[in-house]
Amino acid sequence: MNKILGVMVVCLLSACASQTTQPISDIEDRSLGVRGGEGARNGMGTDGFGLSPLQDPNNILSRRSVYFDFDSFSVKSEYRDLVLAHAAYLRGNANAQVLLQGNTDDRGSREYNLALGQRRADSVRNIMLLAGAREQQIEAVSLGEEKPRALGRDEASWAENRRTDILYQGEY
Amino acid sequence: MMIDLRKLLCWFCLLLSTHGPLYAALDIEIFGGGAAKIPIAIMPFAAESNLPQRITTVVSADLERSGLFKLVDTFGLVPHDLEQVNYVDWQNRGASALVIGNTAMLPDGRIEVRFRLLDVAKRVQLAGFGGTVGPDQLRAFAHRIADIIYESLTGEHGVFSTRIAFVRKQGNQYALQVSDYDGFNARSLIEYTEPIISPAWSPDGSKIAYVSFEKKKPVVYVQTLATRERKAVANFKGSNSAPAWSPDGSKLAVVLTLHGNSQIYLINADGSGLQRLSQSPGIDTEPRFSPDGRWLIFTSDRGGSPQIYRMPLSGDRAGMAERLTFEGDYNVSPRYSPDGKRFVYIHRNAGRFNLAVQEFSTRQMQMLTDSKFDESPSFAPNGRMILYATEINGRGILSIVSSDGQVRQRLSSESGDIREPVWGPMLKQR
Repeated sequence: MNKILGVMVVCLLSACASQTTQPISDIEDRSLGVRGGEGARNGMGTDGFGLSPLQDPNNILSRRSVYFDFDSFSVKSEYRDLVLAHAAYLRGNANAQVLLQGNTDDRGSREYNLALGQRRADSVRNIMLLAGAREQQIEAVSLGEEKPRALGRDEASWAENRRTDILYQGEY
Repeated sequence: MMIDLRKLLCWFCLLLSTHGPLYAALDIEIFGGGAAKIPIAIMPFAAESNLPQRITTVVSADLERSGLFKLVDTFGLVPHDLEQVNYVDWQNRGASALVIGNTAMLPDGRIEVRFRLLDVAKRVQLAGFGGTVGPDQLRAFAHRIADIIYESLTGEHGVFSTRIAFVRKQGNQYALQVSDYDGFNARSLIEYTEPIISPAWSPDGSKIAYVSFEKKKPVVYVQTLATRERKAVANFKGSNSAPAWSPDGSKLAVVLTLHGNSQIYLINADGSGLQRLSQSPGIDTEPRFSPDGRWLIFTSDRGGSPQIYRMPLSGDRAGMAERLTFEGDYNVSPRYSPDGKRFVYIHRNAGRFNLAVQEFSTRQMQMLTDSKFDESPSFAPNGRMILYATEINGRGILSIVSSDGQVRQRLSSESGDIREPVWGPMLKQR
């Protein structure tokens, strides 16, 4: 836990420090483990082209899925920036609200998967709260294995279904 | 072992090819020598090939599924009445019991059925029974005959007239269905376009609790079968799921996220009197009451991986929960046997999810299945068989395994994806 907090503090500091930095390229956005300030550059509203940062494919905020390992609910380091970017957006937009939907692959127990999906949603929620989003902005729910996005019976499909989706108002 | 299997398959092929309605089983697998099985010969009843449903195919399938019987070949022999029986023929074939019977179509369309169960060694009748039924009641009547034979020869209650519940998904439609124990005569209790999971029979068989996502989140309902009247009994903030009835039917254990993680709570069957039972920083779910009502068995990841635990109903304070499974890193979905001496659960090993049983006294674990994705086990009310969901070609189907693991049988289903089966209770009076 201490380690997670440590990483988060670093992330938050760097996020604050980079308020004025120029947009970072898409490629850097997707690089793993890079603690950059891309999260906070779209603190509010829309960018210069009138596109909402939530929809702008060049913005990390357009990425909405956090993926997990089998039977795991810990947010992998490669998704921390993504979650922190959304937390920063919530912090900067007091009226914004998100629904976090936790999902699992369809193997094993449906009830255990329902609980596991909740923990996956809660993991993302907890990071957002620690990063300054407010409780009333976030609802975390589980769909368990009941609403699979990928329907195959293979590792690629299962991996796709082990995720938490971040949905803003009007998207659910 | 192989010879037994082949012989049986041939026998069934013969039935399939020469007679009308399809036999219920897609396939049947026999494991072990079956030395302890009762060898029984079931003669096709006189004139039953004219009926919409052959009675002896249902009786044979019932008895064989239980794992306690071995079917003796009847080929070439013809008795339907007592005076036609030559006991020596049946002794030579190794049968210790023989079933014979007659059917007759009455002018009003109903069918008269008579049967006798005979002890081959003692040459006496053990049971006899007759009745008149409509064509749509032939399967139910055959199940009753199987129950009578089973009870006469084993001294235990038969479960062939019991019912099961399961969820059928077809397209984006979810139906909670109730059927005969072998999957026939399914009818929907409710249908929705949102998922339904975790059906649970009340101990008297009059109600089913289940979880529906119709309100866009899991809510626990109790529905009365006769009236179809339903009530949301757990609709708290967050997720509500995993209902389990207390043995006296007065209470339900449920899993709520009311205070954070999924934890086990107790409510009255009408939804009142909320009380928290489990206290862990992780997931506690899938509670089941022991038959004596003193314990709860459940799944928890408090130790770092999902495992089976047991706690007294008085609650989980002061570390009262005891871990029961240690083999592997994924053991879920525990259910008590009706005698409370063991439990069945799903064990993951090398990417497969299979049924295992474990004795409480010895902690001995035994694997019962070996397919890829087995789920939702539940004991028959007499403890002799276990119903579960498995998968063929990406589609969920019902399967039954004898609780010694020796006989496994997939049940046919007309269509759709079947999941979450649960065996109903033995009813005093049907």
